[in-house]
Amino acid sequence: MNFELNDEQRMVRDTARDFANREIAPKAAELDKSERWPAEIIAKMAELGFLGMAIPTEYGGAGLDTMSYAIVMEEISAACASSGVIMSVNNSLFCDPVYKFGNEQQKQEILAPVASGQVLGCFGLTEPMSGSDAQTMATVAKKVDGGWVINGAKNWITNGPHAEYLIVFAITERAENGRVKHTAFLVKKGTAGFTQNPRDHKLGIKAAHSCTLFFQDCFVPDSAVVGNVGDGFKIAMATLDGGRIGIACQALGIARAALEAATAYAKERKSFGKPIAEHQAIQFMLADMATHLDAARLLTWRAAAMKDAKVRHSAESAQAKLYASEAATRITHKAIQIFGGYGYSTEYPVERHYRDARITEIYEGTSEIQRIVIAANLLKG
Amino acid sequence: MHLTLTETQALVQKTARDFAQRTIAPEAAALDREERFPRELLQGLADLGLMAVNVPEELGGSGAGVLSYALAMEEVAACCASTAVTMAVTNMVGEVIAHFGSKEQRELHCPKLASGAYAAGAFALSEPGAGSDPGGMLTTATREGDSYVIRGAKQWITSGSHAGVFVVWARTGAKETHPGTRGVSCFLVEGGANGLKVGRHEDKMGLRGSNTVPLEFDDVRVPASALLGELNGGFKIAMMALDGGRIGISAQAIGDARSSLEKSVQYARDRKQFGKAIGEFQGIQWKLADMATKLDAARLLCHRAATLKEAKQPFSREASMAKLFASESAVEICNEAVQIHGGYGFTKEYAVERNLRDIRVTTIYEGTSEVQRMVIARSQLA
Repeated sequence: MNFELNDEQRMVRDTARDFANREIAPKAAELDKSERWPAEIIAKMAELGFLGMAIPTEYGGAGLDTMSYAIVMEEISAACASSGVIMSVNNSLFCDPVYKFGNEQQKQEILAPVASGQVLGCFGLTEPMSGSDAQTMATVAKKVDGGWVINGAKNWITNGPHAEYLIVFAITERAENGRVKHTAFLVKKGTAGFTQNPRDHKLGIKAAHSCTLFFQDCFVPDSAVVGNVGDGFKIAMATLDGGRIGIACQALGIARAALEAATAYAKERKSFGKPIAEHQAIQFMLADMATHLDAARLLTWRAAAMKDAKVRHSAESAQAKLYASEAATRITHKAIQIFGGYGYSTEYPVERHYRDARITEIYEGTSEIQRIVIAANLLKG
Repeated sequence: MHLTLTETQALVQKTARDFAQRTIAPEAAALDREERFPRELLQGLADLGLMAVNVPEELGGSGAGVLSYALAMEEVAACCASTAVTMAVTNMVGEVIAHFGSKEQRELHCPKLASGAYAAGAFALSEPGAGSDPGGMLTTATREGDSYVIRGAKQWITSGSHAGVFVVWARTGAKETHPGTRGVSCFLVEGGANGLKVGRHEDKMGLRGSNTVPLEFDDVRVPASALLGELNGGFKIAMMALDGGRIGISAQAIGDARSSLEKSVQYARDRKQFGKAIGEFQGIQWKLADMATKLDAARLLCHRAATLKEAKQPFSREASMAKLFASESAVEICNEAVQIHGGYGFTKEYAVERNLRDIRVTTIYEGTSEVQRMVIARSQLA
C-alpha cells in the first residue's frame, strides 16, 4: 500500500499548481463577478494538455493517468472552480466516453481536436423534467434513411454555449411494455435543428457557462452514433462513474482553498488580545476541516487508482463524490464562520468558495443518487 | 498511490480473520456478560504471532509491519473489542520496548510479550488527576543508590491485573528545573513487583472483557537498569507510544464499526416492514450508505498513517486524524446500527448493542478527540 504520488504525478501537480497560482487565481474573483468565460485560461490549459489528460497522445490527449487528472483538477479548482468544471466536463464527460466507446473515425476527427483543446466538448443527458431519473428522458431519435432525427431538449449543459461538440443521449427504442433503450450521438455545433437558449445564471461557478440545448428535427448521420445503438444508458452511467471523480476533485480544490484561506486568516486576525488561532473554538474547526478534507481526498484518490487499475469503481466513485462534495460544503461554511463578517463580503474569496461548493452536491449525480448507488452495492447479493 | 496488500499483509489479515471469526466471535458475548478476561484467546493470538505483529522477529515478534498490525486489529475488533484492546496495548508495549529498550530489556521482555508468557503488557501513564495533560502527573521515581523508588497512583490501566510488564511514567526531574513533561522518565516494572498494588477492577460501560484497574506504586523499587530510554526523556516515549497507539485504536474502531455495518446490512435484507425488506426504504439505505462511506474514509486514514509510520516518515498528524475520524465515525455507525435494528438492537441478543457500548471509549482513550484536534490544529497552524 502506498499513498504517495509517483514522480510523474508530482511533476504534473507542480506544473498545475504553479500555473493555477500564477495565471488563474488572480483572475478568479473577477471571472466570478463578471460571469466571464475564461477563454484565455482554457487556451493555456489546452497548451498544458489539461483538457484531455487521460487520452492517449495519438488522439490529442496528454496520455497520463486518472490520478494525474485528479490532481490537476484539484489544483485548478483550488484557484477557480469554474475553470475546474470546464476542464472536468471536457475530460470526463466528453473525451472519456468518446475514447472508450467511439470508433476510430470519431476518435481521429472529433476526439483529437477536443482532447487537445482546440475546441471543447459537452455532455447532454439531463432534461428539464429528467434529472436524477435519467431513464425518463423525453428526447428521442428516430431512425431515418442514412441517419437519425433527434427531437427534445437538454438542460444545464456546462460548456454548452461554447462547445463545438456534444455527446447527447436520446431514446431510440420504446418497447410495448414501456421499456426504453437509449443511444448516444455526437452532434456538431451548427447542425441544422440544433439550437440553444441564452446561458443560465447560477449561484456559483458563474464563469462556467451552461445553457439549455434544443433539437428540432435535427438530422445526424449514422456515423454520429457512439458505441452500439441501444447502449446509450450504459455509456452514460460508465461516463458518470469517471465524472464523479472529477467533481470530487473539484470539491477537494474548493475546500482546500477555503481551508488555506481560513488558516492564514486565523493566524492574523486578533480577538480578545490574541490571534483567533489561539482560541480552541477556532483550532477545533480547523482540525475538523483538515481531517474531513484528507478523508475526502483519500476516498477520491482510491477511486482514481481503481479506475487506473481498470477495476469496477462505481461505489467508490459515488463514495468519493458524496463525501467530498458534502465535506466541501461544510468546510467552506466553516471558513466563512472563521472569517466572520469579512467572510460574508466579496472582499475575501471564501464566500465564492461557499457558493461554488454548493453545486458539487448536485451535478453529476446528486448526493441522493450517490447514496442510492452505495446502498445498492451494499445490499446486493 | 496503490492500495494492494503485500503477501505478508494479506496473510496476517487472513490469519487474524480466521481466528477471530472461528474462535473469538463465539466467546465475545460471554466475555462481555461475565466481565471475563480472555486469557485463552490471547494465548491463541500469541501463538499466531498477533501479540507482537510489528516487533522484530529476532525478539520473537512477527516483524510484519505497522499496516499488518492495523489489519489484524481490525479483524479481531470486528469480533471482540475487549480482546482487541488487550491485544493492542500488548503490541504497543512490545513495540516501545523493542524501539527504546536496551539489549537486556528487549531480550528479557519482548519474547515473553510475543509468546504469551506474559498474558499481556500494560502502559501506566494516566493518573487520577492527569489524563489529557500528562505533564501534570504526580507519580515520582527517586534515585536511591542503584535503584529508583516509584511512588504514586495510576489510573485506567488496561490489563493491569494480568500484565507481565508495565511501562510506567514517573517524574524524575524537579518541577522547578524540569517543568511539565520535561522531567518525566519511563521505567519497566514487572508484574507482581513489591509495593505494586492493583486496585479494584473498573465496572465499565463497554470493553467489559478487558481488564481496567487503578494501580498504586507504594515505594516500588526497581533497579537503575529498569529506566527505559533516557533520564527525563520519557515524554518522547509516551508520544511515540500514543502516536502508534492511535493507529491501533483507529483500527479497533474500524473493526467495531465494520461489524455493526455488516450486521445492519444483513438485518436490512431480512427484516420486513410495510410488506418489504427495510433495506428497500430510502430511510435505511441512506443510513447504510453514510455508514459505509465514513467507514471507508476512516480505514483509508488509518492505513495512510500506518503506511507512513512503516516508512519511518512523520505520521503524528495523520495518526491523530485517523484516530479522531475513525472513533467519531464509529460511534455514529454503531449508533445507527442500533437504530436500524430497532428494539432488537437494544437487546443483548444482537451484537450491535455490545458494539455501541464498546465503541464509546474510542473517542476517549489514547488521546481524547479533543487532544487529537489539538494535535491536528497545531500542525495545521504551523
